[in-house]
Amino acid sequence: MGIIAFLDQYGVRLMKAILVHLQYVFISVAIGFVIAFVLAIVLSRYPKLSSIVIPVLGIFQTIPGLVFIGVLFIYLGMKPITVIIALGVYAVFPILKNTYTGIINVDPELIEAARGCGMNSLQILYKIEIPNAMSSIFSGLRMSTIYTVSWAVLAAMIGLGGLGEFVYRGIETNNNTLIIGGAVPAAILAMTLGYLIDLIEDKITPRGLKGGR
Amino acid sequence: MITFTNVSKKYDEITVVDELNLSIEDGEFVILIGPSGCGKTTTLKMINKLIEMDKGEIHIDDKNISDINGDELRREIGYVIQQIGLFPNLTIKENILVVPRLLKWKEEKCDKRVHELLELVGMPYEENAMKYPNELSGGQQQRIGVLRALAGEPPIILMDEPFGALDPVTRESLQDELKVLQKKLHKTIIFVTHDMEEALKMADKIVFMSDGKILQVASPEEMLANPADSLITDFMGRHAVTTEEQYHDLTCKEVMFKELIFVSETEKPLEVASKIKKSDHDMAVIVDENAAPKGVVTLDLIKQFQQADKKIVEIADTEVEKVSENKLAKDAFNQMIKDNKNYLLVMDDKNKVTGLITRDVITNSLARLVWGDMDWAL
Amino acid sequence: MTMRAVLQHLYLVGAASVLTMIFGSILGVAAYLYKSLRGGVLWLVDVLQTIPVLALLGVIMIFFGATSTTVIIGIVLYSLLPMVRNTYIGLEGVDPAIKEAAQGMGMTKWQRLLKIELPLAFPIIFTGIRIAVVTSIGIAVFGAVVGGGGLGSTINRAILIQDMGTLMQATFALMGMAMFFDFGMSYIEKRLQSR
Repeated sequence: MGIIAFLDQYGVRLMKAILVHLQYVFISVAIGFVIAFVLAIVLSRYPKLSSIVIPVLGIFQTIPGLVFIGVLFIYLGMKPITVIIALGVYAVFPILKNTYTGIINVDPELIEAARGCGMNSLQILYKIEIPNAMSSIFSGLRMSTIYTVSWAVLAAMIGLGGLGEFVYRGIETNNNTLIIGGAVPAAILAMTLGYLIDLIEDKITPRGLKGGR
Repeated sequence: MITFTNVSKKYDEITVVDELNLSIEDGEFVILIGPSGCGKTTTLKMINKLIEMDKGEIHIDDKNISDINGDELRREIGYVIQQIGLFPNLTIKENILVVPRLLKWKEEKCDKRVHELLELVGMPYEENAMKYPNELSGGQQQRIGVLRALAGEPPIILMDEPFGALDPVTRESLQDELKVLQKKLHKTIIFVTHDMEEALKMADKIVFMSDGKILQVASPEEMLANPADSLITDFMGRHAVTTEEQYHDLTCKEVMFKELIFVSETEKPLEVASKIKKSDHDMAVIVDENAAPKGVVTLDLIKQFQQADKKIVEIADTEVEKVSENKLAKDAFNQMIKDNKNYLLVMDDKNKVTGLITRDVITNSLARLVWGDMDWAL
Repeated sequence: MTMRAVLQHLYLVGAASVLTMIFGSILGVAAYLYKSLRGGVLWLVDVLQTIPVLALLGVIMIFFGATSTTVIIGIVLYSLLPMVRNTYIGLEGVDPAIKEAAQGMGMTKWQRLLKIELPLAFPIIFTGIRIAVVTSIGIAVFGAVVGGGGLGSTINRAILIQDMGTLMQATFALMGMAMFFDFGMSYIEKRLQSR
């Protein structure tokens, strides 16, 4: 089946699926980002706490996304919130880990210089630590977003739409057109979002932090 | 004025600063020196409370620093570190303005200050203000590091081995610049180094520390002449061939500055200034037709008067002390220190000027004594 | 949950990991040796990871059907990135003085690679292998959808019939497996790096 014919037949449903998919990704990444960002800053203030929390989070991360959606599905039922919570929780991990390491790895000399200038810890955080951890934070955000696009495909498993619907239906009915029709847009979506994030990062990174330092 | 009263600091039962007493006058350039682990950096960082002392008191003027909030204290004290620590996410201008912005200066005042400061180190605003630290050389970066410390107009500046990571040539030119800045701005500078050469060159007062205690506080000249401890002697030059006699025998002729600039009484200040500027020195000797000395004029003196139409002799220092070539150098040095003079004219037996002894000469010849015959010409 | 599912899962991961190591090291070496290939190879493995797993599996299924082959290929494509990247970075990071010394002793390009560069880069390459293996364990779960079996099938079924007990058992088995490989291989990694 050609692209034109495919779009003719499934165009409207595909658009809708993409929108649903994007919705899942945006909402869960946004929620995940806020939680992860705050948590990472808190953890970076308490090294003792983080030496316990970070490994524990690492263990949680080994739980497959499928299980998470499954468990929530059993408890919460077939609602969009099930997908959003599951994806949001997953989006937390990479952002948390990257933000945390980014802040922890800011050159201690810079912190000392900042203290020597008379900045208080809040000023050091938002003027020095966060800007210098930016590239690490962005790579966490990028990872989370791409993973979320990937895991949002699972939403279809519990019948909640998105591009996974095409893939699942295709696999079940042995319809290659449907598989491709879901897989290719999902791949393009992930790559586009990744590219957009790179673009934003490039826009907001000051020249002094680019290239070999 | 900064006063330390019985200040101590311990890390896990190891005493790094032990019952330290020290006072530092306003406008003084004080160097803390000693072997690694002697407590010099800890002493420095206790002044701006980057390290809290365990015991004792530090007063700045009449205020006990333990009564002042650390962040606010640090905004009033400049701080320069070896690793420079310019913020890579901020432009040069923003780096310089960190403290003024913390002090909530008005934007025009900030702007003016950046222009002024960059001018001070000969880095044009247009070329440099909008650059990022990684676009500057190491030497330029540390110049900005020093400017950042100066920006908030603090009366006191702390420097922790600021030039330690620079190559020798850059280090030397930054030392020279800092010395000039210090004279111009009259800041109190407390400077940590482990490089005795640097200490002798820069300091008004050297504080030699070992194991958390002060071994000696003295001017460079005095420390070279009378080191209070064998450790200090070691530190000043491990290969020293110190023979007291050698020192006692030196005459003024052997130690003096010989390449003088002579000008006639009637020359105009501006001509003299340009002659001085072309040379390596900062002063000239005024002589009459018979080569008899009439006085000495320094670049500072010319700048101070700025009266272009006067004869040079009218603004010169005409009360210069004179010594004979054959006089023992140490006697001349004693005379200078006693009378608090910055220079002496050296005369031959025909009453002609043959050389000049300055404070640099004293330092150099003492250094030569300690290090042996190295190339010590400044 | 049966032991069979666990073994099946291990089979998928094991087979995929061996293939990943083979292809990953070939691509990594190629990226290191041939400048013209470098950009393309590194870009390709990066892009592969961007594609959603299920979408990738679905596409492979078109060619290989609902079999374990499909799942294994999917896992390999997905875990190539750490393997290729670490092989390349490891080789690139070998001290240039050592490379020059080897060249000075008259070793050919391939002799240098096999006798000097690869052994020296091995600790970093091993880190790549660890990441690839641990990733594979998670990716294999998706295999259930395309008929690959393993613990993914167990989980899938448990969710559909809402059997919490089996779901938990399978989950713990997976987590245990991931942690076992992660910690075990981290331990070896530390030993390698301290040599």
